[in-house]
Amino acid sequence: MKKYDVVMIGGGHNGLVAACYLQRAGLDVLVLEKNDWVGGAATSRELTPGFLYSNCSYVCSLFRPEIMRDLELPKHGLQVIAYEGGAVFTRDGDYIASYRDHDSHRREFARYSKRDAEAYDRYARDVTRQCRFIQPLLMRTAPDPFSFKPRDISELLYLGKKFGEFSPHDMAQTLRFWTMSISDFLDEYFETDVIKAYLALSGIIGTALGPMSPGTAYVLLHHYMGEVDGSVGAWGYARGGMGAVTQALASSFKASGGTIRTGADIAKVMTRSGRATGVILADGEEVRGNLVVSNADVKRTFLKLVEEDALPETFVHRVKHFKMRGSSGKLNIALDSLPEFPALPKGSSCIRGDLHFTDSMERMERAYDDWKAGRYSADPFVDMVIPTTLDPTMAPPGKHFMSCFVQYCPPQLTGRDWTDADRDAFADTVVSQIADYSPGFRDRILHMEVRTPREIEAEVGLTEGNIFQGELTFDQLLFNRPVPGYAQYRTPVPGLYLCGSSTHPGGGVMGAPGRNAAAEILRDLKMKPAEMSPAHDVI
Amino acid sequence: MTSSDPARNISGAFDAIVIGGGHNGMTAATVLAKGGRKVLLLEAAERTGGAMRGYEFHSGYRAAALAHIVNRLDPEVAELLGLETRTTEALPTIALSLDGKHAVLRGAYGETIDGVSTAEAKAFAAMRKKLIFQAGILKRFLKRRPPEIGNVRMNDLGAFAGAGLSLLTRGREEGRDFLRMLLMNVADVADEYLSDDRLKGLVAFDATLGIHLGPRSPTSLLGLYYRLTGEANGRTGMQYVPKGGMGALAPAFEKVARSAGVTTRTGESVTRILADRGAANGVVLASGEQLSAPVIVSAAHPKATFLALCDTADLDTGFVRAVGNIRSKGNVAKLDLALDRLPSFTGVSTDDLRGRLVIARSITHVEDAFNPAKYGEFSPDPVMEITIPSLADPTLAPSKGATLSALVEFAPYDLKCGWDNGKPAFEKIILDKLEHYAPGLSQNIVASNLMTPADMEMHYNLPGGHWHHGELQADQLLVNRPVNAAAGYATPLSGLYLASAGSHPGGGISGLPGLLAAKRILSETRP
Amino acid sequence: MMPDLATRLAQQKHITTPRLETPFHPRIAALSETNDWYTWAGYKAPHSVFDEELEYFAIRSMAALFDISPMVKYRIAGPDAERYLNRLTVRNVAKLAAGRVHYTAWCDDHGHVLDDGTLFQLSADTFRLCCQERHLPWLLDSAIGFDVGIEEETTEIAGVALQGPTSFAVLSKAGFEGIERLKPFQLADFAHDGGTVTISRTGFTGDLGYELFVPAAQALSLWDRLWTAGRLHGIRAIGYAALNRARIEAGFIVSNADFMTAETTLRADRARMPDEIGLDWLVDMEKVNFNGRKAILEARRNQTLKHVLVGLEIEGNIPADGAIVYHRRKQEAGLVTAAIWSPLAKRNIAIASLARPYGTRLTEDFWVEIYAMRELQYQKMMKRARIVPRPFIKLDRRAANPPGLF
Repeated sequence: MKKYDVVMIGGGHNGLVAACYLQRAGLDVLVLEKNDWVGGAATSRELTPGFLYSNCSYVCSLFRPEIMRDLELPKHGLQVIAYEGGAVFTRDGDYIASYRDHDSHRREFARYSKRDAEAYDRYARDVTRQCRFIQPLLMRTAPDPFSFKPRDISELLYLGKKFGEFSPHDMAQTLRFWTMSISDFLDEYFETDVIKAYLALSGIIGTALGPMSPGTAYVLLHHYMGEVDGSVGAWGYARGGMGAVTQALASSFKASGGTIRTGADIAKVMTRSGRATGVILADGEEVRGNLVVSNADVKRTFLKLVEEDALPETFVHRVKHFKMRGSSGKLNIALDSLPEFPALPKGSSCIRGDLHFTDSMERMERAYDDWKAGRYSADPFVDMVIPTTLDPTMAPPGKHFMSCFVQYCPPQLTGRDWTDADRDAFADTVVSQIADYSPGFRDRILHMEVRTPREIEAEVGLTEGNIFQGELTFDQLLFNRPVPGYAQYRTPVPGLYLCGSSTHPGGGVMGAPGRNAAAEILRDLKMKPAEMSPAHDVI
Repeated sequence: MTSSDPARNISGAFDAIVIGGGHNGMTAATVLAKGGRKVLLLEAAERTGGAMRGYEFHSGYRAAALAHIVNRLDPEVAELLGLETRTTEALPTIALSLDGKHAVLRGAYGETIDGVSTAEAKAFAAMRKKLIFQAGILKRFLKRRPPEIGNVRMNDLGAFAGAGLSLLTRGREEGRDFLRMLLMNVADVADEYLSDDRLKGLVAFDATLGIHLGPRSPTSLLGLYYRLTGEANGRTGMQYVPKGGMGALAPAFEKVARSAGVTTRTGESVTRILADRGAANGVVLASGEQLSAPVIVSAAHPKATFLALCDTADLDTGFVRAVGNIRSKGNVAKLDLALDRLPSFTGVSTDDLRGRLVIARSITHVEDAFNPAKYGEFSPDPVMEITIPSLADPTLAPSKGATLSALVEFAPYDLKCGWDNGKPAFEKIILDKLEHYAPGLSQNIVASNLMTPADMEMHYNLPGGHWHHGELQADQLLVNRPVNAAAGYATPLSGLYLASAGSHPGGGISGLPGLLAAKRILSETRP
Repeated sequence: MMPDLATRLAQQKHITTPRLETPFHPRIAALSETNDWYTWAGYKAPHSVFDEELEYFAIRSMAALFDISPMVKYRIAGPDAERYLNRLTVRNVAKLAAGRVHYTAWCDDHGHVLDDGTLFQLSADTFRLCCQERHLPWLLDSAIGFDVGIEEETTEIAGVALQGPTSFAVLSKAGFEGIERLKPFQLADFAHDGGTVTISRTGFTGDLGYELFVPAAQALSLWDRLWTAGRLHGIRAIGYAALNRARIEAGFIVSNADFMTAETTLRADRARMPDEIGLDWLVDMEKVNFNGRKAILEARRNQTLKHVLVGLEIEGNIPADGAIVYHRRKQEAGLVTAAIWSPLAKRNIAIASLARPYGTRLTEDFWVEIYAMRELQYQKMMKRARIVPRPFIKLDRRAANPPGLF
């Protein structure tokens, strides 16, 4: 029986990124994927003929350009298209839009408040300052403050040095920023509720927190530090849907000699004398590897695939208490024609950006209150995009694919599991909200896929349907992610590594966890990666 | 106008003028006077005491103070006051349950617990031990001036090193847990350790009392840490009512101030802090009288100090902006009941009535109570802590009568419908709630008085009715309390110092802001 | 207060015209031969109109019209307006008077310059502040505690600069009676088209010149009035390229070109104090408290000022724009922020920002490294530079009273 150098559990984008780097470094890597396709939560699936659905993640900007370059992803078909602004519809029949053009953006805000229009630049600057601090940390392994190893100490000093680049005033501001709610943070800049609601959405997407929860200002960064070809903060679509990212990764992986097996559901990680030696598939087949790397989240990996007695008690305790907390659902809709939004002026570019309907902080927070009570939001927050406005290849001519990311949607309804009827009722809530702003919307729907955390977990394997493989709260960031003392991709089981979004720097289709994990594995093997370009400078 | 010193009219005769005769103002004045400074203390009300002042809310019935329990009076301040805390016993906390089967925490924050399973008592003990250890690390920073960013002093480094060392003495895992838990929410921590809803509800309540956070809000554990940095008799987490009741506190502060030589003028409200090109040099009283001194210490709320007392022209815009951004809207209402007899709470012994009774059935109860506050609504099912002040101080009520004091949350300062409209409805909700736990209570009510944050603002000159003088949340702590440019008691106006709960380390009757401010003044100014 | 729905819906022109046109645009567009536009603060503005070189000479020998409508304008009015501005800006506004203008700057709490601009005192309690960047939140927050109102009036008020030796003649000819009495930095209102135009004897060229402010509706009639009057006095419309040459000769600095304004910097070390950009002379430490006073005072006292702005004369005739300045040919000392060959001074001049003690204690032996792109090849030169006072040119006609009627 063939023994691989590395067996990768799961073919999501981070698993594939790590697999690519390891294969290119000269290791023989096997990627095992339970589904019949690879891609994890970055897929394009033809769920109805002629339409490609980005049915999980739907926009692309966090994916690190260094990785695209190293793994030659453009050669394997990856192309990212920047998109323009977007809008929030207001209940009084207006909307507020954002534009790439700086002056148009200001004039748009000035429709609501001259003060806010002129406040935006300082706000953007302050957020950018924070991004500039965080960004260099994405592609570095988080230091362990309690290891006292020279490398950790030097990484801690690096953190200190980066922090030292702030002025004393900005240092104090940074401490505030990290612990503030996005709502309080925005209050310090803006007076108009709808403007705040518009800007707050990046503070809540993917988290089980409301805009009034401390820590959501930080989450904002997590959505702002993306870039499209050097344009920081820009968002884009992957041409051909998000699957284009993972298809390019898979193609690059195979081109460098890697092996992918789909339809291979993993039952257990095999160990011998405490060391990982491979995996056992659901059908009992054993696949051997010198190293096992798990792209699955930390809970799935250690509470399902590894025997609990093989693990230290504190570790198990912390993994059990690692917070997943799925909070989002998704509607993927095939449309017969482009929906109309009468509030938008004719020819508005907003239709090509993301559209929202939550025009007040209170509505956004109340949507979260429903989640806390174990209900999906009666008045949900929807992040809606129509990628086919910029990428017609995803649907037949004149027809469109629409992705609606919805918050909040709990992993379980109060005291019980989701039923199909619940799911349909949830979908109807969302469709009704859209139809309120887009007459005739329902009639345009050709096909719709509805995903609650239940469906997301079942298909993609994200525990509780959390899209970040774990909440982005302070207790689960940097050296605390996923578990203090095991934040450097290694685990208590020698030979078993983590490379998914449960690890630093967390979720989003970024690829950084996969790359960082590969770097640590190669370090342990005393090998050099074939090509790992240094993180781009933030100058 | 009253005065305890005939020398009062000699303007310029004072080294320092302290604005506000609350516990922090009096502590600062006393420490300065003991340090050889000639100190004038100005209090707007007819009596000093600030939030320790009692009030008559019905003929023959008095409330002893705004606070109804002591849990964090700093030992150094207590010693300064000559306040006898050693003989004071730790009062129990009763986590009330609707079925009358309560959990009773005895000793200092539940050294022992009645009414829970052995396993749960053990779990609570483990959590208590962990939290007290972690709070102990934070305490190192509470008892000193916040470090100055970009200009860390040697003894700051000492504090950091001390904190680091004490973490390590317990091993790496304790250190890791500290960094993991520090900014967690109290609900997740409680869930990690406990299974009894009464205990979970209690810690959720204690962590969020007086703070605009729910137990599931990230960082809400800080509120519990803050409570557990309080001590008495060297026992962390202990709560007590001083001999003679809460009403005995203000006179104790007054007495020690007087004997230290502080000149006090009450009924004198300051309307302006005078400054010339960056240096504060005096105050103007409502009467128009001007007093000058090289050092002005404000124990008033930082927002009141800078936005009402100072001329903003003397400050820089960025600073004014930052002060304006201080979040300081109270969420707690106080209900005082005049009763014709001692109330009886189902399942609570008369002896335990001297303690603190908490209605917070579960974490969810506290969280649900918090939700409406975000939108300017009061809780339809509020959480509260109750004491019977007349047990410690029988003079508060006529003989055979009793008083009940309840701190009730959440009651947002900015009530959407206005407190004039909302007050009767909220009061009814609270009384109904109390009736569940003390059946028949309504029959014994002689009078009731609900003090909302808006009332507290008026009565105690507390902007926003916030007893911490500003939200006690992570972004308003340490180097950012009340704002970075005034975090070390000194302010951008030289000669003007802050000494209120709005400064580090925060509110509660601790006296620490006053003490630390005075220490700084003594260290950097000359008489 | 949020505007109502109808008001909001009426303001959507940015969708079809993301670039605003100034009230003078129809005239300038008609005159434009080069069709050479750039974006200035959201407005379409001419980089040149017919020939940037010749446009420069229009400033120095005739009368040049330069559209300054995109300048951001705030109207500051109320009983506390003077007290407010004295706290806001570094210069002493008490020394200004109704009918006068002064150049000033304002800082944040750290003493970092937020912007520079001109302050027009229109009446005892009404002022207009003109500047490059937008500052409404700062101005409004600065008004806390003052009885003063602040209105942004950039689109409502059109502005045009008339600069050059014949500018006075043009205005006289145009019939602005009493214009001869305006001394430098004075302003007055004149009747125009049923309304008034505010004319100040100010400018950005170091030459004789005026700036005229008029409600947008009267902009075109004002232009026409000047244009007709100027026909025999060589009036020309000019673009920014020409103006930029004139302003460098006059030694004026431009925000976000010669220094970064504090609210726009991403990097903590890029903001500048007045003393670091040659504006120390504006700062009045004797007046009442003002934003940044404490920080500037401390920086002066503790000698923590890090930069200094200097004028340089560089040997040769190749402009040193963007060049690095060296001390003793080796030690990096600073950066040239603006440079031209001065036609008027016949000198190769530059404005540079140097890291102290260069430019303060060390004032000799500077060099600039010029990379001149010539036919796809860099010509690298190390040229000697000498610190010289600004302005680089001084024209008597600028301050002559009454001005010369050419």
